[in-house]
Amino acid sequence: MSQAISHSNDNHEHHEDLSILGFWIFLVTDVLLFGTLFATFMVLRTHFDGGPTGKELFEAPGYITETFLLLTSSFTSGLATLALHKGKVNQLIGWLIITALLGMGFVGLEINEFSNMIAEGATISRSAFLSAFFTLVGTHGLHVSVGLVWMISIMIQLKTDGITSVMKRKVTMISLYWHFLDVVWIFLLTIVYLMGVM
Amino acid sequence: MLDNLKDFASHFFVTGDPLIYGADVAIGLTMAAIIFVLFYFKKWGWLWREWLTTVDHKKIGIMYIIASLLMLFRGGVDALLMRAQLALPNIHFLQSEHYNEIFTTHGTIMILFMAMPLMFGLFNIAVPLQIGARDVAYPFLNALSFWMFFFGAMLFNLSFVIGGSPAAGWLAYPPLSELTTSPGVGENFYIWGIQLSGVGSLASGINFTVTILKMRTKGMKLMDMPLFSWSVLASCLTILLAFPVLTVTLALLFIDRFAGAHFFTMLHGGNPMMYVNLIWMWGHPEVYIVVLPAFGIYSEVVSTFSKKKIFGYKSMVFSLMIISVLGYFTWVHHFFTMGASANVNAFFAITTMAIAIPTGVKIFNWLFTMFRGRIRITQPMLWTLAFIPTFLVGGATGVMLAVAPADYQYHNSYFLIAHFHQTLIGGVVFGYLAGLYYWWPKMFGFKLNVKLGLWAFWLWNIGFYVCFMPQYALGFMGMTRRVYTYGWDMGWAPLNLISSIGAVFMGIGFIFQVWQILYSIKYGERDTTGDPWDGHTLEWSIPSPAPEYNFAVLPEVKGRDDFWRRKEEGLDNKIKEKDLKPIHMPKNSGIPFIMSAFWFVAGFGFTFGWTWMIVIGLAGVAGCMLARSFSKNNDYYIPVEQIRKTESKYGRLV
Repeated sequence: MSQAISHSNDNHEHHEDLSILGFWIFLVTDVLLFGTLFATFMVLRTHFDGGPTGKELFEAPGYITETFLLLTSSFTSGLATLALHKGKVNQLIGWLIITALLGMGFVGLEINEFSNMIAEGATISRSAFLSAFFTLVGTHGLHVSVGLVWMISIMIQLKTDGITSVMKRKVTMISLYWHFLDVVWIFLLTIVYLMGVM
Repeated sequence: MLDNLKDFASHFFVTGDPLIYGADVAIGLTMAAIIFVLFYFKKWGWLWREWLTTVDHKKIGIMYIIASLLMLFRGGVDALLMRAQLALPNIHFLQSEHYNEIFTTHGTIMILFMAMPLMFGLFNIAVPLQIGARDVAYPFLNALSFWMFFFGAMLFNLSFVIGGSPAAGWLAYPPLSELTTSPGVGENFYIWGIQLSGVGSLASGINFTVTILKMRTKGMKLMDMPLFSWSVLASCLTILLAFPVLTVTLALLFIDRFAGAHFFTMLHGGNPMMYVNLIWMWGHPEVYIVVLPAFGIYSEVVSTFSKKKIFGYKSMVFSLMIISVLGYFTWVHHFFTMGASANVNAFFAITTMAIAIPTGVKIFNWLFTMFRGRIRITQPMLWTLAFIPTFLVGGATGVMLAVAPADYQYHNSYFLIAHFHQTLIGGVVFGYLAGLYYWWPKMFGFKLNVKLGLWAFWLWNIGFYVCFMPQYALGFMGMTRRVYTYGWDMGWAPLNLISSIGAVFMGIGFIFQVWQILYSIKYGERDTTGDPWDGHTLEWSIPSPAPEYNFAVLPEVKGRDDFWRRKEEGLDNKIKEKDLKPIHMPKNSGIPFIMSAFWFVAGFGFTFGWTWMIVIGLAGVAGCMLARSFSKNNDYYIPVEQIRKTESKYGRLV
């Protein structure tokens, strides 16, 4: 039986590594998903149809604060990974909570930005530019929101299970995901907002 | 109240056509019969435990294949209806709107719900066994892929009797597929049916990529892999690059329809040509996704039945990879007539022609493998031999279409229809049928009857040429695709009639195959050795059908075609009892089935725009994901005693 158990641990470690490789490949496909949305946005970014332009709509305090929140949350999720490697479960949960709060702040600001724009009459059906804008930025926001639910479920599991090989894998995955969303946001900031107001 | 209900029902259900009422009755009776049989023989528990919750790649493969054959039947009936309508001028068998629906569902079903699942079925059956693995990398995800495909296909097929079928062509070009021009729910069914199964395809792409990269048995280097596994890798890498584009494209079309956005509309700055570009950025790689594994099958079959190693293994691998890369850079050849600049058209014409080079390399390698080989004409070999001339003509007409200026003449004509059917039937379907005949004994432990198979083979082949050769000529005579009828004065009648006769031949061929399967279940030659074809690769070293753990002891290989080497060296495939260890296996799970069913609910809600249903569906999906995340003990061990019992039953234990 002891042989069986040691064998089982090997298998688990192997499977967790496999899952992380698969997650990297999933992220590749997600890059292509965003790539396609970016391409569509680039084609349609000047199709205002006489409606509001990016210059009129985007407000610097909003998107700069969003950037600040998301970049900081990427940093704190890095600190969470450090705590994971040190094996300090409470510290890990703590950093994840801070990461999630920053993420929620980001989503809140984005919802606020969207509702302001809609209130001004800049809706998704106003022009092709706005269709592309809401879809591209909204897809990123949706990714962040899904990540938040996932992160909370991981925190609960960390509380009950502690740091196991399975939990190590899960924390590694969510932090990969989180950094990935941060990178996508850098492109959003540059291509949608900064190029939009220029 | 009753009037409201009546009004709702008359919109909800498709009405007014005797064909549809016939289908309603047939569907109802079939469902009732299935439910009755399951109750009568008390098979519900068996169905749930053995099939609906299974994570075993071999069973998932079988389910894929059954589903795809059913879809082949449905798509085939569509094809016969079309050929009946076109057999003679001025026939009023189908109305124009009905004809539009039928060519749309025919194309969509044949590519996405027949070719793709048949391909994934063969991946599942063969790849883990060929590379000496106990399962795929993610068995749970594998089951999820299957059920997402299955419920996606069901959602799409439901449009036939509920709500109305899509009618904007198999790629649903806007502005025709936009809300203003296709106001019904048909296009929504199209979008969500494909979205659900597309998620499954993408997950399978990831799954098999990791399986091939990481799960090969000891000693098997990449360049030692059987060529079918190589072709699966090439196909999966293409899936990873292409399917996200499809997901986004259909999502954007749906946002247009659902939220009134303007991605592809004619008004408010939308750009319909953007859709055509995007959909072909998926659509062209898609044809290589389905044909590459067929190339892999031909390689296995030619090598096995010529009793030779494949000629030019390395060049075979390189040409697979070159095709999968080049396939991503040819999409514009589907719309040279869009009016892009001459430079753009020239680029895509050249890339398209360039694909003929690696394909030609492969054809020559198959021929050289057969050269001076000891050829055995078995059923898989027959289909392979039939493929070579068929694909040669298909490839040559493809190069003709690639010439951009000449394409202005062929564009959207029956010449094109003949060309792509020639490559998709002659290349893909023949290949998958060869694969089915080849791996059938490994799946079920018996061979398929040869005599009935020969009938099917000749009916298919003769029918194929009779059906599609006239269509090349019809294209030159000016007949365009998607016309639902034509006049006597066009002069198209004789060739159309011949073409329709050919289609009937192929339909009869399919019936022979169904008969062949049913007959062989009872009378087929049993395979007791596990190696009915004198094979070269690892899947033939284990019993047929393979035990649930595949390999009692994982094999260690020393190079290509290792099983053949072992046979040449006179080694047997017996297993020493002291080598047996408990085997780590994934547990069955109901979550993939339930989660996909919730996706179906959400997809149905999106189709009809019913928010409450969308909410229920998506909440169910989220609940399933969390349930999986929180579940523990998802695996178990098969004890040595049980492995000993199974292996000694096959007489493999020393």
